[in-house]
Order: sequence, then structure tokens, then C-alpha cells
Amino acid sequence: MTSSVLRQEAATLPADWRDLLALTKPRVMSLVVFTGLAGLLVAPMMPPLALGFTAILCIALGAGAAGALNQWYEADLDALMRRTANRPLPAGRIDRQTALHFGVGLAAFSVILMDLAANHLAALLLAASILFYVLVYTVWLKRRTAHNIVIGGAAGAFPPLIGWVAATGQLALLPLILFAIIFLWTPPHFWALSLFIRSDYAAAKVPMLPVTAGIEATRRQIFLYSLPMAAAAVAPWPFGLAGALYGIAAAGLSAGFVIMAGLVFANRATEPAQMRPEKRLFGFSVIYLFALFAALVADRWIGA
Amino acid sequence: MTRHEAEVVRRQRERARLMAWLLGGFVVLLFLITLAKIGLNR
Repeated sequence: MTSSVLRQEAATLPADWRDLLALTKPRVMSLVVFTGLAGLLVAPMMPPLALGFTAILCIALGAGAAGALNQWYEADLDALMRRTANRPLPAGRIDRQTALHFGVGLAAFSVILMDLAANHLAALLLAASILFYVLVYTVWLKRRTAHNIVIGGAAGAFPPLIGWVAATGQLALLPLILFAIIFLWTPPHFWALSLFIRSDYAAAKVPMLPVTAGIEATRRQIFLYSLPMAAAAVAPWPFGLAGALYGIAAAGLSAGFVIMAGLVFANRATEPAQMRPEKRLFGFSVIYLFALFAALVADRWIGA
Repeated sequence: MTRHEAEVVRRQRERARLMAWLLGGFVVLLFLITLAKIGLNR
């Protein structure tokens, strides 16, 4: 049986729930849920457990919806890249209409439930983050400009803001700083990845910075972005919004990030196999964000 | 029943079972949200 016949047969089957789950990008969702939960836990007032749980569930479902709609729109690009070719849509295990209905349904459900359990502002922010990721990043920016990640990074920065607003009903300086941290963290995180899978993006004609501006310019940008990101990460301490526990953790983690970004800047290798500093920075950047937000929560609950 | 038809039935059953659990969970969640909201308005 040829692969096209197999694909045809798979497309006529009802979608497997595991493929629907894969559409939601569960690994990305875990970071989104964690930062959203951190935003909720550092807020000055705690909602009842059921409402707090529902708010985090809605953030997870909203992120899943955005991921599904992103994969629905980008199925043609995903098919061209090794990293994404086995996703349910390019692999032919789900038809496009199912993915679209799943994404839109999940998005509407998450926003309505957020409005019901939390407040209008949290629901509005959740809707804005989904629309921003799907329309501004996926549809508008990703295929057009090398700044796709810079502006699109705002979509991933919403969760701590939503978590905070779900708990308090209003915006404040601390969640805005948390938004800024993730916004400034996203470009070095994705550019580190895109350096060692540059050929994938070039094959798919996605204008990521290493493809359009070159490897050296990308390494410089990674280092430059790490500086304001580190400043934003430490900022809650001098502003009196977090204690010494967070301040010391943020300073140590951010120093590590800047040093690793410096090693990336100093690297001259052009072959992915020799891009160890880039791979190390990419791996560390995920741990960095988890550890930073965990330190903030620990500071609020233990340090207070 | 062909292998294809058997696979269709298997997937439909699996999804129906999952949907039943999710709907059950949603009903419980709505109940808990209602209780929490009533508690907040006291």
C-alpha cells in the first residue's frame, strides 16, 4: 500500500483523540499553564479553588485552541520541515476541517468559561491572546517578516497577565513586568532554536532571522535581547514588588542566561552539529523561565 | 466487517467514551463554580 493510499484511508477515519491532543501542542501548553498559574498565585488575593482551577484550565484550553488553529493554517509549512512533518495534519491523520472546528470550538469554549468563572477582563485578555497568536503571528507576520517572533512573542506573554486578572479583576505593574519578561525572552529562545534548524526554515521559506539576516546577526540579536530581558527579570525586586529570595534567584538565573547568550555570540560555527552553545541556551531558556516564575511564587508564599 | 470499518467503530467508541467523561467533568465543574460564586456573594 503506498503512503498516499494510507493517507487517504487515515483521512476518512474519525480523528483519533491522541491526534486531537497533539493539535493543542501539549509541551508548549505546559509552559503556558505554569506561567499562568504563577500569575494567579502571586496575585494579592486568591480566588476560591474551583474558580482558580477553572481559570488555569481556560488558559490551557485557550493555548490549545491557538495551537490547533496555528497547525490548521500552517499545515503546508509543517509538511516541509522535518521537525513538524509528523504532526497530525501534514501526516494526513486528521482532515483540515476537523482541526478548524476543534480549534474554533475550543477557543470559544475557553473564553466563555473564563467569563463565567473569573471576570470579563480575564476573558477579554484570553480572547485577545488567542486572536493575537492566530491572526497577528500565524497569519500576518510569520511568513512575511523576520520580526515575526519579536512581535508574535506577545501572544505567549499573556498567560501570567490573565492569571493575575482572573484572581484580582484588574491589571497592575507586576503582571505587566511578567508580560515584559516573556516578551523579551521569546526572541532569544526561538532564535537559538532557529539557528540550528536554519535549513528547515529556509526549505519552508519562513523568513526567520538566521535565514534573512544570517547567523552572525542572529547571534548578536540573541545577546542584545538577553540584556533587557535580564533587566526586566530582576526589576520586580528593586521596585519592591518581590523580595530578596526572588531578586537573588532572578539575578543568578539571568546572569547565567546572559553568559550563555554571550557564548552564543562568541561562537563562529556554521554547522548545526557544532552549535553546542545555541543548543545549550535553548535548553536552558526553558528551565530559566520555569525557575524564574517558580522563584517568584516561592518568594510570595515562603518569603512573605 | 472490514478492517477499516472495525477501526472506524473502535475510534468512534473511544471518542464517545472520552466525550462522556469530559461532559461529566464539565457538569461537576459548573456545579463547583456555582457553589464558589454563591460563596463569594455571601
